[in-house]
Amino acid sequence: MQIFKADIAIVGAGGAGMRAAIAAAEADPSLTVALISKVYPMRSHTVAAEGGAAAVTQAHDSLLHHFDDTVTGGDWLCEQDVVDYFVAHCAEEMVQLDHWGCPWSRKDDGHANVRAFGGMKIERTWFAADKTGFHMLHTLFQTSIKYPSIKRFDEHFCSDLIVEDGRCQGVLAIGIGTGEFTLIQAKAVVIATGGAGRVFRQNTNGGIVTGDGMALAYRHGVPLRDMEFVQYHPTCLPGTGLLMTEACRGEGGIMVNKDGYRYLQDYGLGPPDPWPRKKAMELGPRDRLSQAFWHEEQKGRTIATPQGQVVHLDLRQLGEKKLHERLPQICEMAEEFLGVDPVHAPIPVRPAVHYTMGGILADIKTASPLPGLYSAGECSSVGIHGANRLGSNSLSELCVFGKVAGSEAAKFARSVSITSPTALQKQAEAARTRALSLVTRSGTERIAVLRNEMAVSMERGCGIYRLGKDLQATCDKLDELKARYRNVNVEDKSSVWNTEWLLAIELGYLLDVAQAMAYSALNRKESRGSHQRLDGFEQRDDVNYLRHTLAHYAADGPPRIDYGAVAITRSQPGTRAYGAAGEKAEQERESEGADNG
Amino acid sequence: MADDGKIIEIEVLRYRPEQDKEPFFQSYQVPFTDDMSVLQGLQYIKDQLDGTLSFRWSCRMAICGSCGAMANGIPKLGCKTFLRDYYPRKLRVEPLAHFPIERDLVVGVEDFIGKLERIKPYIVPKESRTLAQGEYLQTPAQLERFLQFSSCINCMLCYAACPQYGLDPQFIGPGVLALLHRYNADSRDGARAQRMELVNAEEGVWSCTAVGYCSEVCPKGVDPANAVNQNKTASAMDYFLRFVLPKGASR
Repeated sequence: MQIFKADIAIVGAGGAGMRAAIAAAEADPSLTVALISKVYPMRSHTVAAEGGAAAVTQAHDSLLHHFDDTVTGGDWLCEQDVVDYFVAHCAEEMVQLDHWGCPWSRKDDGHANVRAFGGMKIERTWFAADKTGFHMLHTLFQTSIKYPSIKRFDEHFCSDLIVEDGRCQGVLAIGIGTGEFTLIQAKAVVIATGGAGRVFRQNTNGGIVTGDGMALAYRHGVPLRDMEFVQYHPTCLPGTGLLMTEACRGEGGIMVNKDGYRYLQDYGLGPPDPWPRKKAMELGPRDRLSQAFWHEEQKGRTIATPQGQVVHLDLRQLGEKKLHERLPQICEMAEEFLGVDPVHAPIPVRPAVHYTMGGILADIKTASPLPGLYSAGECSSVGIHGANRLGSNSLSELCVFGKVAGSEAAKFARSVSITSPTALQKQAEAARTRALSLVTRSGTERIAVLRNEMAVSMERGCGIYRLGKDLQATCDKLDELKARYRNVNVEDKSSVWNTEWLLAIELGYLLDVAQAMAYSALNRKESRGSHQRLDGFEQRDDVNYLRHTLAHYAADGPPRIDYGAVAITRSQPGTRAYGAAGEKAEQERESEGADNG
Repeated sequence: MADDGKIIEIEVLRYRPEQDKEPFFQSYQVPFTDDMSVLQGLQYIKDQLDGTLSFRWSCRMAICGSCGAMANGIPKLGCKTFLRDYYPRKLRVEPLAHFPIERDLVVGVEDFIGKLERIKPYIVPKESRTLAQGEYLQTPAQLERFLQFSSCINCMLCYAACPQYGLDPQFIGPGVLALLHRYNADSRDGARAQRMELVNAEEGVWSCTAVGYCSEVCPKGVDPANAVNQNKTASAMDYFLRFVLPKGASR
């Protein structure tokens, strides 16, 4: 086994990992930063983000507005002190990206332009056409090349964390091209491995989004927080789940059912103005829009296609010029994958799994309860999304908390030393043997079969609306699949590019994360944000469930679930409403705030 | 997915360095529907027929740049190339041309990445600016000058298409030259002079023989041939001005 001595190890080289690496390198150039990614950095799934990144920009906007949109959008399950920090630091990160070369779309006067987004009161979403994540990721990756202290381990698969003496002190990585293991010693480790959308069948995520870092932290005793909150994005292509950005609606696109009717007005999101009114209709939050689709499908008002039921996302009123300027990738994808030209025809869409609100428990400094372990980005639950994330908050999160994670890890790394390298090696050897056992033994269960059964069951139990009995069935199914996983078969016995072996390891990660999601959902007996139940728990229950779910890993059984407090500083839970009703609720909150001084 | 009952033959180049002396073709019968991509065909093989087939993929939406391969001899992204366009003939899938095969459809990317790293693919500020001063002002027209060249997804199809890169791997090649031009053309950047040294060198733009196939195969409309051409002009001007200006032309 090879050994690499780093000061900081960062697992994942998407937006959050890259931003963390640069922050660490800038904090102290004498520290060696190992950046480990199972793909080349520009393949990371940040690349697929489309619509934009939120930051208060306009004079008539305020941090308080962004805070309020985020906390109400999250149905009050947000850490309010963390949201305060977040909204205060978004703008400087957008400017930083500009200085690093991000090709932000511009206004005529040369300033960065902003667009409207769902659940946001004022236009504050910075964008680079409809390829914002692509441009942010390439900007960060290319900028990272400037920093000699960042040592990349591209196409290295992280198979375990090394925890010794109660502290995370490194990671074990498999060189995908060789099959060789490297122990990367580190005084601090940052996990930035993204979400886990691949536990579901129809999703917007890339094949690499398999919850690796979540599962690794979880197995080492770090709780996964609020995992029941899974975001269904309302506008995805049927069958593949490919994403049609919310910016389509931010720019003025409308959604209609089979009768050409703007059905969102029937679900508390009206009035249906002909122009895009903020926080109403098509610019409502994602959980509400996906739920409206579900109801339309029940009522038989959706449209049947060979790939399932859909509604129409109609962009025709934007006109060809604006469509090609603001939404070029959407036009390209609709044409290539569906043969639809959005200039002339509506795009068939339906909800698909998009984002994992929950993740590795992290405090405002991104630290986990395990000393030396930090997390940032979608894998992390730093607490800004609550029960439903607003579109364009996550790209900003990558930067704001990626930076915090990098500098905090640097600070921690300077304060400690590796006490016993031999103990780390011993642990790494044991972890290596465990990873190799998947190849050396032979089994009978096919990876793809287990993966598919998991995804189908998750979709059934942890869908847009949930029932206790379906959730229980999904939990039971996952228990069964975990048992069968012990007998999984890897045909490929080779070392070089053995992707079947890696798929088997990933399946293990997926199953653990799926269990955390399903059991967390089963135990939350209320409806909040993206977690909606239809079995007697249709209302939000602040008395019993204004609390974070914490799922704790158990080696030989289902996760243990308990709860943690929510930090509420200045926004008391109120009515979460949108459209005209939302404006009224907002006025009431404001006048109450004024009354309270 | 509807079952149309159609089956296409996909012939894939296999090479496992630990057991195969040389690459060979292996044939698979793949049931498909009209909406299935070549990538989905390969995934079907991996999941249902042969777990040992290795290839890269991730996003499925032509933005991550992972799944480039030769489809019947033409460089393509597997995710946005469709099986229906080959049926009823067979489809032959091979690794991207001009790159070393690591295994099956996986090629070595180090040369490309090394070149990308060499060209200073980042902003060297023309004028320094603090974060408190806000973003650099850049008009839509200034953005337009480099935007297209910033759309490269690093899929390397243009390298597989470039006959010159096939002959001389020293050539920086179309994708990286487009990226170099992207930074030179950015109003925020001031490192054109340093990058022009690479442009002018033997392995820079002058290696290009203006075949233009790179732009034809580009899945994102980057048009690297255009970038290379603009730099030939710039390089020629550079060469000329070197004799008439005391410090050369690269300002």
